Amino acid sequence: MQTLETLAYLLSAVLFIFGLKRMAKVRTARQGNLLAAVGMLVAIVTTLVATRNIDIAWVVAGLVVGSLIGAFAAVKVPMTGMPEMVALFNGSGGIASALVALAYYFMHQGAFSGGRLTMAEVFTAGSAPTLALSLLVGGVTFTGSVVAYAKLAGKITGAPILLPGRHFLNLALLAGALLLGVLAAFVVTSPTLMAVLLAVLLLAAFLLGVMLVIPIGGADMPVVISLLNSYSGIAASMTGFVLHSAVLIICGALVGAAGLILTNLMCKAMNRSLANVLFGGFGTADSTGQGGKEGYTTVKEASPEEAAMILEDAQSVIIVPGYGLAVAQAQHACKQLGALLEERGAVVRYAIHPVAGRMPGHMNVLLAEADVPYEQLVEMDEINPEFQNTDVAIVLGANDVVNPAAQKDRTSPIWGMPILRVFEARTVYTIKRSLSPGFAGIKNELFEYENNLMVFGDAKAVLLKLIDELQES
Amino acid sequence: MSDPLMIGLYVFVLAIFVGFELITKVPPTLHTPLMSGANAISGITIVGALASAQLGAAFLANLLGFLAIVTATVNVVGGFLVTDRMLHMFRGKGR
Repeated sequence: MQTLETLAYLLSAVLFIFGLKRMAKVRTARQGNLLAAVGMLVAIVTTLVATRNIDIAWVVAGLVVGSLIGAFAAVKVPMTGMPEMVALFNGSGGIASALVALAYYFMHQGAFSGGRLTMAEVFTAGSAPTLALSLLVGGVTFTGSVVAYAKLAGKITGAPILLPGRHFLNLALLAGALLLGVLAAFVVTSPTLMAVLLAVLLLAAFLLGVMLVIPIGGADMPVVISLLNSYSGIAASMTGFVLHSAVLIICGALVGAAGLILTNLMCKAMNRSLANVLFGGFGTADSTGQGGKEGYTTVKEASPEEAAMILEDAQSVIIVPGYGLAVAQAQHACKQLGALLEERGAVVRYAIHPVAGRMPGHMNVLLAEADVPYEQLVEMDEINPEFQNTDVAIVLGANDVVNPAAQKDRTSPIWGMPILRVFEARTVYTIKRSLSPGFAGIKNELFEYENNLMVFGDAKAVLLKLIDELQES
Repeated sequence: MSDPLMIGLYVFVLAIFVGFELITKVPPTLHTPLMSGANAISGITIVGALASAQLGAAFLANLLGFLAIVTATVNVVGGFLVTDRMLHMFRGKGR
């Protein structure tokens, strides 16, 4: 029976590996997700069958409540709300791992009743410290994700919140939490004191999660979400060490690695180190921040009518979407304009910067929802040589990722960041509410270029006007 | 080597390498679904949550176990569903 159980968990780990592998290719991704879900089902059924003495009332109640909440949220969330949804799901995984570790302690608290043994002596020297670690990582993942959610959903400001002495405070919190873990695992023998230490450790982890994410600005969220995703995997792995469960260790490690890869990709796309993103306090408020025409001298403006006239004759058009597209919920209008231009014989493509939006791949999801075929979404490195042969580039709610200063001005804070070279197109239309700066809080030199025309207004409203004009002509 | 901690450590480190190998080259189109799919997989902690709902355990342990089951299930069910919903939207020109 024990062998069967172990083999079933192995099957589930293999299914996860195949699932992840398939999730990395567009054609097989959906099947990969399904395989992973089957792997999860195998693991759940195995646990239910193999665990003796299981309290079925708690289990059924938990599964039903959790499924209802999860399914409801997954079906109801609009695609524009996907980053905050992913953050919340991630947080729930993190807290689950911490709760499992805590429940494990209280389930076995009876073994300490003599008051003479430490946790390491009762749970083994491997399980005791990893129990503390899963509280730490799980707790940080939970509150970190909740803060990320609040920032993404606009419940709190997207601007970095910088507390004085935060680095010292964070270091103190981390050291304190680790010390509590060591005390609880190896030193203390009183079960009551042990429980108190673990509870305080969890609270410290909660506080640390908040402190680590509040200084990070909105546009750096793709990095933070990927990193928290990695943490939730590590938390699951740590819980696996506590329970001596290989399947938990394996899956947690897989997720941890996946999250790290994405984190690294996002950092590269901004030419910044992870340390700079996490501790740099970079950036200002979102692009809705103040700021007017100051600093700009030769900005040219065009009305939607004028822009439509140029678009009528365009043979090639590249649309550059950014976070503003998501805020204005303009993905359907965007697709409509693209389709209309195609009908008129133009080649239409979408240029996707890796960190456009608030999570990795944000723009791809939005445009997929509007039914834009994924072949039309072109990665930065592939589309950059194309701009010079392009009649019109339309910048839709993107800002820093098209700022030529990143390549031309060594003193610029975003110097060296890879950008989309829209300024090489014959004509650039930047659709934007005002000249306010983007996340980096700096002037966008593109707006003063000879070939750039600003079309002021809400992205969706401007797009609908363009569509109207094109249909009339 | 029979120490469970050491075996666990071996498994952990090797699995991290497998993870890196599996996902090194992911097209940006799939970044979001991959993240949310991986996120759902991290809900595997549900296995530990289920095992901690034992008959006759202290009430506090049961309560914590129950909360763990709920949150892990939200992660698993929500994660896989929302990933499927996203992937369902990705379509090429031909379809």
